[in-house]
Amino acid sequence: MARKVLVLGEVRDGSLRNVSFEAVAAAKTSSEGGEVVGVLVGESVSGLGAELIQYGADRVVAVEDEKLKQYTSDGFSQALLAVIEAEKPEGIIFGHTALGKDLSPKIAAKLGSGLISDATGLEVSGGNLVFTRPIYSGKAFEKKIVTDGIVFATIRPNNIAPLEKDEARSGDVSTLSVEIKDLRSIVKEVVRKASEGVDLSEAKVIIAGGRGVKSAEGFEPLKELANVLNGAVGASRGACDADYCDYSLQIGQTGKVVTPDLYIACGISGAIQHLAGMSNSKVIVAINKDPEANIFNVADYGIVGDLFEVVPMLTEEFKKLLVNA
Amino acid sequence: MNIYVLMKRTFDTEEKITIAGGQINEEGAEFIINPYDEYAIEEAIQVRDEHGGEVTVISVGNEEAEKQLRTALAMGADKAVLINTEDDVENGDQFTTAKILAEYLKDKDADLILGGNVAIDGGSGQVGPRVAELLGISYVTTITNLEISGDTATVVRDVEGDSETIETKLPLLVTAQQGLNEPRYPSLPGIMKAKKKPLEELELDDLDLDEDDVEAKTKTIEIYLPPKKEAGKVLEGELADQVKELVNLLHTEAKVV
Repeated sequence: MARKVLVLGEVRDGSLRNVSFEAVAAAKTSSEGGEVVGVLVGESVSGLGAELIQYGADRVVAVEDEKLKQYTSDGFSQALLAVIEAEKPEGIIFGHTALGKDLSPKIAAKLGSGLISDATGLEVSGGNLVFTRPIYSGKAFEKKIVTDGIVFATIRPNNIAPLEKDEARSGDVSTLSVEIKDLRSIVKEVVRKASEGVDLSEAKVIIAGGRGVKSAEGFEPLKELANVLNGAVGASRGACDADYCDYSLQIGQTGKVVTPDLYIACGISGAIQHLAGMSNSKVIVAINKDPEANIFNVADYGIVGDLFEVVPMLTEEFKKLLVNA
Repeated sequence: MNIYVLMKRTFDTEEKITIAGGQINEEGAEFIINPYDEYAIEEAIQVRDEHGGEVTVISVGNEEAEKQLRTALAMGADKAVLINTEDDVENGDQFTTAKILAEYLKDKDADLILGGNVAIDGGSGQVGPRVAELLGISYVTTITNLEISGDTATVVRDVEGDSETIETKLPLLVTAQQGLNEPRYPSLPGIMKAKKKPLEELELDDLDLDEDDVEAKTKTIEIYLPPKKEAGKVLEGELADQVKELVNLLHTEAKVV
């Protein structure tokens, strides 16, 4: 069944996030040949419409207002509800990001719809859109369909491949005028803690440290390796509880669930709660002094050794490799 | 202040997951308060101790959740409410739970509602914002700090590692992120007192809801375990050679670098 599917294009620091291109691909599959309409919400965002189209959207609707400069659930929901009212879609796809997680349940509740959160895959089967999503932080998976209302879904970054960018592709970028009123919350200040380096949830490479890192300074060699590989630094709960790093870096059953291409676990023993957050990574490398550490049971490659020796050597080897590449 | 906490009973994080008859096997598993809801309970108690009022902890589930509600009372909550859906709801989803909670809360004049930002079992993170929307109040998710002064709340929110300071008004619903506080353990006197605190049990009928009103909008058609990850190759030899071999394997065999 051909469906009209909307995709919210998420803008950060003036650019579209990669997950939004993945969401376009998910929308394309969901549409079964129907129309994919990108939606942009912000102060001045319509200029990004062309790029959404190059990644597969058929056209784009932008809602622009100075009150939408910063995300608020009140402002963005008014904008998106107006687009939904005008477009009458059968499906809406968001990234499973801070914004998508915050906004999508409000709109689904308002419209009395089902919402499938944190999907890692989707297929069309027997006329249904069947989403795959992890439960118990990835210890199990479920396949799920929406049975009533618009099909709402948020997709986890890094799991659904974006379509190839086609610079020749063009389409209509229009604006919809919406009166944004009654914002009940005001964003007073944003402090960038994650500004150094790559965002953990979208990173292709993650270098994670555990108790074996021993101190906040102990994370320095991990950061250097992450820089060389254009990756992000993460941590186990042990390292966060010991105050070696901020809780925002925590990976595990509490904390973030990540699925990078490469996960390098340094001085992490591999408690079941940590494994839940990372064991679906494509390739896992474990570096640990203890050959009996549980992390070796899920690792594709392991080195038994002191991370403070191994990690700097790895950094040097990768530098050599990448210079030659 | 009239404070409510939304609490879910979940599998202990230590538990391995197995499947029996197409469902997650709960046989013999240990259950706990969803860890993120523990932060919500702790925060509710701290807000009450500072501003006065009463903390009521609500859970939608079956009678087994009484144990976790008693734990919340032992931590210091004043009242507990169990909305027992065992006989009425077979396959609920986040729509179902949010609808039931909102129906219960709609005439309670809550000033502040707290919950965890996500439950570690279903992992959807939908119920908090859905409840706020159904009640017509504002909400802030994944909070790491909360300060209330009069009817103004100043909230710090974790946004993928960045922190955002938001000013908003009560009534308000917030969902807790790790780092909000350090949840207390119930003390022995707390546990003794909890036995005498009120724990009300309700069913859908008591909320003037019937099964159709809360029928799920989604359906799970299959549950399965991920393919078991096999232990890979532990490298051997001189450390420097291992490092060279690893880089080579990642580049040529795994092709991730």
